[in-house]
Amino acid sequence: MKLVTAIIKPFKLEEVKDALAAIGVEGMTVTEVKGFGRQKGHTEIYRGSEYTVDFLPKVKLEIAVGDALVGQVVDAIVAAAKTGKIGDGKIFVSPVEDIIRIRTDERGDAAI
Amino acid sequence: MLSTLFSPRTVLLGLALAATSWCALAADVPATPSPEERIAALEAYVNNTDPGKALAGVPGPGHNGWMMTSTALVLFMTLPGLALFYGGLVRSKNVLSVLAQCLGIAGLVTLLWWAFGYSFVFGKSFTESGSFLGHFLGGSEFFFLKGVTSAPNTDYSYWVSQNVFAMYQMMFAIITPALIVGAIAERMKFSAILAFVTLWMIFIYFPLAHMVWGVTGSMNGVWNGDAAIRAIDFAGGTVVHMSSGWSALILCLILGPRLGFLKEKMAPHSMVLCMVGTGILWVGWYGFNAGSALAADGVAANAFMTTTVAAAVAAFVWPMLEWLTRGHPSILGFCSGAVAGLVVITPAAGFTDVSGAVLIGLLAGAVPYVACTKLKGWLKYDDALDTFGVHAVGGTMGALVTGFLATADVNSNLTGAYATKNGLAGLVTEGGLWIEQLKAMGLTIVMSVLGTIVIAYLIKATIGLRATPDVERQGLDLAEHGEEGYIY
Repeated sequence: MKLVTAIIKPFKLEEVKDALAAIGVEGMTVTEVKGFGRQKGHTEIYRGSEYTVDFLPKVKLEIAVGDALVGQVVDAIVAAAKTGKIGDGKIFVSPVEDIIRIRTDERGDAAI
Repeated sequence: MLSTLFSPRTVLLGLALAATSWCALAADVPATPSPEERIAALEAYVNNTDPGKALAGVPGPGHNGWMMTSTALVLFMTLPGLALFYGGLVRSKNVLSVLAQCLGIAGLVTLLWWAFGYSFVFGKSFTESGSFLGHFLGGSEFFFLKGVTSAPNTDYSYWVSQNVFAMYQMMFAIITPALIVGAIAERMKFSAILAFVTLWMIFIYFPLAHMVWGVTGSMNGVWNGDAAIRAIDFAGGTVVHMSSGWSALILCLILGPRLGFLKEKMAPHSMVLCMVGTGILWVGWYGFNAGSALAADGVAANAFMTTTVAAAVAAFVWPMLEWLTRGHPSILGFCSGAVAGLVVITPAAGFTDVSGAVLIGLLAGAVPYVACTKLKGWLKYDDALDTFGVHAVGGTMGALVTGFLATADVNSNLTGAYATKNGLAGLVTEGGLWIEQLKAMGLTIVMSVLGTIVIAYLIKATIGLRATPDVERQGLDLAEHGEEGYIY
């Protein structure tokens, strides 16, 4: 079992969600986050005042998947979230020790 | 027989007959207006002139209706127009403090206006009694709005009820100190603001408003045949925008910059609120400018057009300059341009034609733009929301260009009896009015600057001007008002 964490551009969320649904992903957690990587921030000007905004709005997706599906999930996210411009985001894949469905107390792959 | 004679029916009949003949006799004494006089009075209503005896003391419904509408529109400019315009431009931790300041000023100034403000501005007993005070203030006859009824005060209007006139002018008295709030936002104590506004109204606004608009005012070129300075100011370029703008600059210098100024991000927290406020200000400004004709007449109609055109042109020019020089036409640019256009047209609205309004729009989009984006950066004063850059720079420019653009073609009062007597008429037709405008501008700046220095240091020495650093960092909303603007 793996946890796929993807940081993407906010306007790409719908496309990524649809692409994941198409390959059979049944659930995900989405959070609005702020951050920066190589893209850095941007400048805002209000009349005479200039401000540098370091943290840009991004969306973070967290998806728990079985080992067999990880490759497909990562490929789907990359294909759907890519614009080719700086700031497209990153995907982290990390191992998951256990998963528990609270309602039924199911464990492991059955709980995904 | 006797019983018939004194039957209730006979008595009533007799009383009715007696009443009829008494009425006829009573009416004969002060002669009934002739049909000609009555028609002349109705024509006077249409022409906004003296109705004579036939309709003396009667307000005209059309003029009164427009002035009540205008009064509400000018209040709408402050609550919520200016409150939202300024409120959107501060950080979210201070949004309520701006709203509280606008609301607080509305109540405070209303009390001052009721007690003595209206009388100081629009009375004339000080001049009539030869008092020294008459050079600066009107009189004491209307203290506590005594005698201010629905009958017109013919010194100012033949057809508008004096109580409506008093409320209309009060709305100007409310928005003027509220404009100052922009320069000192996010750091001045609420108590200090109320104290400052009280003294500022008494020593700066009431005298200036009297001198410019009072019928015995020494800078009222149009309506005072004995005016020492024959200046003109249609809706408040000097009284409202210059006085508030120049005082705002001085007050923000004495107060000092916000903590973290030029180091921390102090971007507006909601350009949406700012834009909503701008739209309300623009709509309300029709009451401010077209209402300043004090009648639903041709002068008002002209002011309505010039106000629209100047505002629209400036609202377009400012963001276009941004686009050319910085790459983006910003919402704040559109909003700032609109307000600047409205400020600059204010003294000229009822005196210039539409060509003048276009020129004013172009100037208003460009000059305050430079003041806000360049001048402020060079001089490094923390005029938080650009009250000086927009209102002082715009108002000063407007007062001056009014001296060049005023024409009797759109406002015959410029060559009326009073203007002829004091020489204004000649200045309008032959040129030279701008020199009188310069005198009025100079007096306005001197009074605003000196008055503000004295009042600000007085408050600094007594109750203090600034919120404590802790309060300022936490935000004025929670510390001073016990509320938060946004609960997520």
